[in-house]
Amino acid sequence: MYGMEGMLMSQVIDTDAPTAADLERELERKRQEIVELEARLAGWRATTAGAPQRQDTDFTTVSGEPVRALYTPLDTRDDDYLADIGLPGEYPFTRGPYATMYRTRLWTKRLFSGFATAAETNERYKFLLAHGTTGLSVAFDFPTLMGYDSDDPLCEGEVGKCGVAISSLADMETLFDGIPLDRVSVSMTINGPAIMLYCFLLAAAEKQGVPFEKVTGTIQNDILKEYQAQHAWIYPPKPALKIITDIFEWSAVSAPKFNTISISGYHIREAGATAVEELAFTLKNGFTYVEEGIARGLDVDEFAPRLSFFWDVHNDLFEEIAKFRASRRIWARHMRDIYGAKRPESWRLRTHAQTAGVTLTAQQPHNNIVRVAYQGLAAVLGGTQSLHTNAMDESLALPTENAVRIALRTQQILAFETGVPNTIDPLAGSYFVESMTDELERQAEEIFAEIDDLGGVVAGIESGYFQARISRSARRFQDEVEARSRLIVGVNSFQEDDEPDLEILRIDESAAEAQAGRLAALRERRDGGAVEHALGALTAAVMADENLMPPMLDAVRAYATLGEIRDALEKVYGRFQEPVAF
Amino acid sequence: MAERKIRVLVAKPGLDGHDRGAKVIAASLRDAGMEVIYTGLHQTPEKIATTALQEDVDVVALSILSGAHMTLFPRVLELLRENGMDDVLVTGGGIIPQEDMDALQELGVGRLFGPGTVTGDAAAYIRDWFEENRMDEDG
Repeated sequence: MYGMEGMLMSQVIDTDAPTAADLERELERKRQEIVELEARLAGWRATTAGAPQRQDTDFTTVSGEPVRALYTPLDTRDDDYLADIGLPGEYPFTRGPYATMYRTRLWTKRLFSGFATAAETNERYKFLLAHGTTGLSVAFDFPTLMGYDSDDPLCEGEVGKCGVAISSLADMETLFDGIPLDRVSVSMTINGPAIMLYCFLLAAAEKQGVPFEKVTGTIQNDILKEYQAQHAWIYPPKPALKIITDIFEWSAVSAPKFNTISISGYHIREAGATAVEELAFTLKNGFTYVEEGIARGLDVDEFAPRLSFFWDVHNDLFEEIAKFRASRRIWARHMRDIYGAKRPESWRLRTHAQTAGVTLTAQQPHNNIVRVAYQGLAAVLGGTQSLHTNAMDESLALPTENAVRIALRTQQILAFETGVPNTIDPLAGSYFVESMTDELERQAEEIFAEIDDLGGVVAGIESGYFQARISRSARRFQDEVEARSRLIVGVNSFQEDDEPDLEILRIDESAAEAQAGRLAALRERRDGGAVEHALGALTAAVMADENLMPPMLDAVRAYATLGEIRDALEKVYGRFQEPVAF
Repeated sequence: MAERKIRVLVAKPGLDGHDRGAKVIAASLRDAGMEVIYTGLHQTPEKIATTALQEDVDVVALSILSGAHMTLFPRVLELLRENGMDDVLVTGGGIIPQEDMDALQELGVGRLFGPGTVTGDAAAYIRDWFEENRMDEDG
């Protein structure tokens, strides 16, 4: 008791900074602690060295990074709490992009969905909104993703299969019929033809009487990762980057609430990249967009706050959490110290996340519900701003309504039953998670340097660097699964011979027929002269190197189709040729 | 007897950009000693049939994750037959429901492989087919 009172007294008296002697004592105590910990750790190593180890794993993360049995304060002693970890909503944002995180607002439960025609998907959206989803996310079919009209002969068999078919403003009006675009935010996974679909959406909002400045949502618009991984490109990298910068420039003034890009690691990871490759390639792509904007003469603080990210959430719980945390710190550091951004909003990395489709197994598909739940947990512990949870049957087909409902309920259970969102960044200070966060940052910096040596991201794409690295990692993972050094339940272990059939969603050819009919009627109905005039003006703007948003909006309002607009640009830009290798 | 190498065309028909599986399979068939040609993405069925003819392949392996398999497999099969290549094995994989796999096999498509396939199984299937169907003619 006496000692305690003495301490309190000294604190009361000592209103200024601690004395040199206090600091010296504190330092000595720390020094002793480290020495003792090192000694005890050496002892622990000695006693455990011969302990039997499980043979069913090689104790690496799913990315192949070694994980030690034990982490201690020695692993994080180089961390400077204020500089490296800090507080949520503050530089370097390791603990989260917002000060109060899920205490103020839970993540957006945004389910990616789209199939068949605009009318059918519109019904699914109304179903999702009625069941508590809080934002929409449009999945387009392959023809739309590639910028072709549904009736193009190249699209045979693909219309409406992997997403919804949207060939013109008329389809977009149907897609959001009865869904107010000033109240529901819309995310669109669209890249090669992002500018066209963005204009369709803006024009559809205009038709609803919603001004551009009230439209909220996101376009993926991340062309660099298309060349690297997802492959829905149209034009070569240089004109594609020019178009993206046009969108930044125009939107900063005219649609300031819209997220003009979602810089995506998701597809890079799904194509086979490791966690650190996903992290580093994606952030480097982000820096490339920033450099393009700056080169255009834009103020970085004008457009950087509208940049957003999109991560994959894979199976390795702690590696994923560390990835989210490291991404925020790396982005903040580069934006402030390298690109000279002054506003905290430019330093702050906001992200969407999706559970990893590639981890879903076709074997015993009900197990996927559990995988998705753990991945969702990782995303929330990582501090995501919005989340898509995959449906259990997506390894077989597009999801049924029932499977989608379970995926949504998974998020609601996470949000309301587990207690996980009650405190901010609960794993901060974990020796393991902090050390993994540091390690991911260190390795990402190494990859940035490697890409710089290649001449940057575009040079890396042209030489096939990214594609080769991703394929190599995909192959490593496959080899591990086949060698059974990495166990996947139901695939290379715990298999069952007799699996019950699961009801799946089937999309027939009626969407293609309906779309062909709609397009024919549209071409009949619209003012052909006005379309031709608008498309001519668009090509002229391309040749004059002007911002393409205003003439594109005019063409869209005249009901020029997606394929027609694609062609108007392709005349000048040409198309991308893939470097083929495996 | 010097055994000639099995020639395989790995192809991505249609607009589908998912090439992880195609590349993993191409690399593993190559490692299994086969001669592998990979088309790259976004190939039309016509282009695939022409390449198959030009490269004189034994096997065409299509990777389709876009749901368009019921259109693309029969189309490639038909074009190969038109080119006089009815003795070529058309196999492949992707996100293909079992009943569609069955229907495609009825049409003359070979075995199709879904998610979770061991690449060695695909290589063994192709080798077995080759030994049964091609060894005689190659003497």
